[in-house]
Amino acid sequence: MTLNQFLQNLPFFSIMIALISGVVCSVLPGKAAKRVNAGVIVTVAVLSAATLVYTLRTGTYFVYTMGHFPAPWGNEIRAGVLEALTALMFCIVMLLSLMGGYHKLDEEVEPGKVNYYYVLVNLLLTSLLALIYTNDLFTAYVFVEINTIAACGLIMIRQIGRTIEAAVRYMIMNLLGSGLLLLGICMMYGITGHLLMSNIQESVAQLAASGEYHVPLLVSIALMCVGLAIKSALFPFHTWLPDAYGYSTISSAAILSSLVSKGYIFLLIKIIYRVVGFEVFQETHIVNVLFVFGLAGMIFGSLSAIRENDVRRMVAFSSIAQIGYIYMGIGLGSELGMIAAVFHIFSHSASKALVFISTIGMTDMSGFSRKFIRLTGAAYRNVIAGIGFTVASLSMVGVPLFAGFISKLLFAQAGVSNHAGKLLPTMIVLAVSTILNAIYYLKTVIRIYVPSGVKDEPRTVFGANKCYTAAIIGFILLNFTLGIFSQPFVDMISEGLSMFA
Amino acid sequence: MGPNFAENYMSAVAMVLFGIGFFNLLLQKNLIKKIIGLNIMDTAVYLFLASMGYIEGRSAPIVTDGVTDVEAYINPIPAGLVLTGIVVSVSVSAVMLSLTIRLYRRYHTLNLDEISEIIKEEEENK
Repeated sequence: MTLNQFLQNLPFFSIMIALISGVVCSVLPGKAAKRVNAGVIVTVAVLSAATLVYTLRTGTYFVYTMGHFPAPWGNEIRAGVLEALTALMFCIVMLLSLMGGYHKLDEEVEPGKVNYYYVLVNLLLTSLLALIYTNDLFTAYVFVEINTIAACGLIMIRQIGRTIEAAVRYMIMNLLGSGLLLLGICMMYGITGHLLMSNIQESVAQLAASGEYHVPLLVSIALMCVGLAIKSALFPFHTWLPDAYGYSTISSAAILSSLVSKGYIFLLIKIIYRVVGFEVFQETHIVNVLFVFGLAGMIFGSLSAIRENDVRRMVAFSSIAQIGYIYMGIGLGSELGMIAAVFHIFSHSASKALVFISTIGMTDMSGFSRKFIRLTGAAYRNVIAGIGFTVASLSMVGVPLFAGFISKLLFAQAGVSNHAGKLLPTMIVLAVSTILNAIYYLKTVIRIYVPSGVKDEPRTVFGANKCYTAAIIGFILLNFTLGIFSQPFVDMISEGLSMFA
Repeated sequence: MGPNFAENYMSAVAMVLFGIGFFNLLLQKNLIKKIIGLNIMDTAVYLFLASMGYIEGRSAPIVTDGVTDVEAYINPIPAGLVLTGIVVSVSVSAVMLSLTIRLYRRYHTLNLDEISEIIKEEEENK
C-alpha cells in the first residue's frame, strides 16, 4: 500500500475512532472519559488536518469505497478540501467549547454520570464527521437522526425541569424536520433510482434537461430544504431554540449553537451542490424562498434578542439572526454568496461559542443571576470572561480585524455582484441587522464595564481556572486568525466548493 | 391525472398518512399522542418506499428455483432502507418515551402546554 492510498483512509479512521471511543467512554469513570474524549478530538483534528493538506497538495478530491461493493451499489466516503477544513474547524471549536465548560459539568451533571456526557459528545462528533464526509444520501439521513439524539442528550444531561421540557420541544421540531428530509430523500430515490450523490446528480441533470418528473423533483428538493431548515432553526422554525440553548449546561449550548445546526447547513450545501446540482437549484425558486426567510430571520432574531432580559436567552436569540445570515448567503444563489455562507459558518462557530463560554464566567460572578442588570461591572469581577465577551461581541457586530467583519464583507460583495434584483434587499437588511446586533451586543459590553460601585466585591483571579482561561484565549486567537488571515480560508472554501461541483 | 392516480394509489395513501402523522406530531398537546403521530409519519414513509420497490407479479430476490433472470425479481434496496428506517424510528421513539416519563414523573401531566405553565410559575415563585 502506498502512502497516498493510506492517506485516503484518514476520513474513515476519524469517524471510526470517534465512534469506538464513544462505546469505550460508557464504561470509564468520568475523569478518564474526559481524557479519552479530549484525546479523540485532538486525534481527529490532526487526521482532518492531514486530509486537508493531502487534498490541497493533490488538488482534487478522493472517493473511498466502504465495504466491497463499488458504485453505484456500495457506500462511499468522499473527501475534498472543504470537507477536511470543516472537520478541522468543528474539532477545534468542539474542544475549546468543552474546555470552557469542564468546571460547570461537574456541578450540573449528576455525580457518576459525567462519563455519559462524553459518550454523547463522541457520538455527536461521529455523526458530524459522517455528515461531512458521506457520499450517500440515506447514510446522511441516518446520521442526521443520530446527531439529533446525541444533541437531545446533551440538552437533558442537566436534569432540571426546564431542560427536559426544552429537550422534548427540541426533539419534536427536529423530528418534524427529519420526517420531511426522509420523505424528500425517498422521493429523490424514487425518481432517480440512486442513493449515491454523484449518481443522483447525473440523473437529476438528465431529468432537468428533459423536463421529465418536473414536479416530483421540485417537491423533493423543497422537502429536503425545508426539513434541514427546520433542523437548523431558520426563522420561523426557531421556537425550540432559546430554551434549548438557554438552560442546558454551557458546553452543550456552545456545541449546539456552533456545531449541530451548522452540520445540518453543511449537509444542505452538500445536497445543493452534489445532489441537485447548483445550476438546477438556481433555476428553482426555492433559492428565493430561502433568501426571504434568511432576511426575515436576520431582523426578527435580533429584535427578539433586544427585547430579552435574560443574557443567555439573548445570546440564543442572536443565533437565529446569524443562521439567517447563512441562509441569505445560500439564497443569493451565486458562487460568492455560497463562499460567504460557508465562511460565516466558521466565523459564527468561533464567535458564538466564545459568547456562551464567556457569559457563564460573568453570570457565575454575578450571583448566578442571568438578569441583564445584575451583570453591571461583571467584566471587573471576571477579567478574562469580560475580554472574551468583548471580542466575541465585536466579531458579531462586524468590527474590522475580527472574523465577523470578513463574513459581512463577503456577504456585501456577494450582494453587490448579484444581478437577480437581490442587491437592494441584501444591503438594506445587512445594514439594519448590523445596527440591531450592535444595539444588544454593545449594550451588554457597556453594561459589564460599568463599575458596580460595590466595594470589595469578590473577584476571580486571572487564570484561576486554567482550562477556562485557555479556552477563551484559544477562541480569541481563532477569531483573530479568521479575521486577519482570512484570504487563505476564502481560497480554500472556494477551491472546496469547486470540487463539490 | 385519473389513471395515474389509480396506479399510484399506495403513494397517495402514504402521503395522506404522512400528513396525518405530521400534524399530530406538530399540533397535539398530549405527548403520547405526539409520539403516535411520529410513528404514523415514519410508517407512511415506509409504505411509500415499499410500494415504490414492489413490481406486480415479481417475487423477492431470493434464488430458490434456479431462476436468475433479473425480470423475475423486485428491487430489494427499498426493503433494506425500510429496515434501516425502522431501526432509526424505534430508537427515536424510545428517546421520546423516556423523556415523556421524566416529564410525567416531575409534573404529573402529559400536556406540554400545562408543563410550560407550571415551569413558568415555579420560576416566578423562586
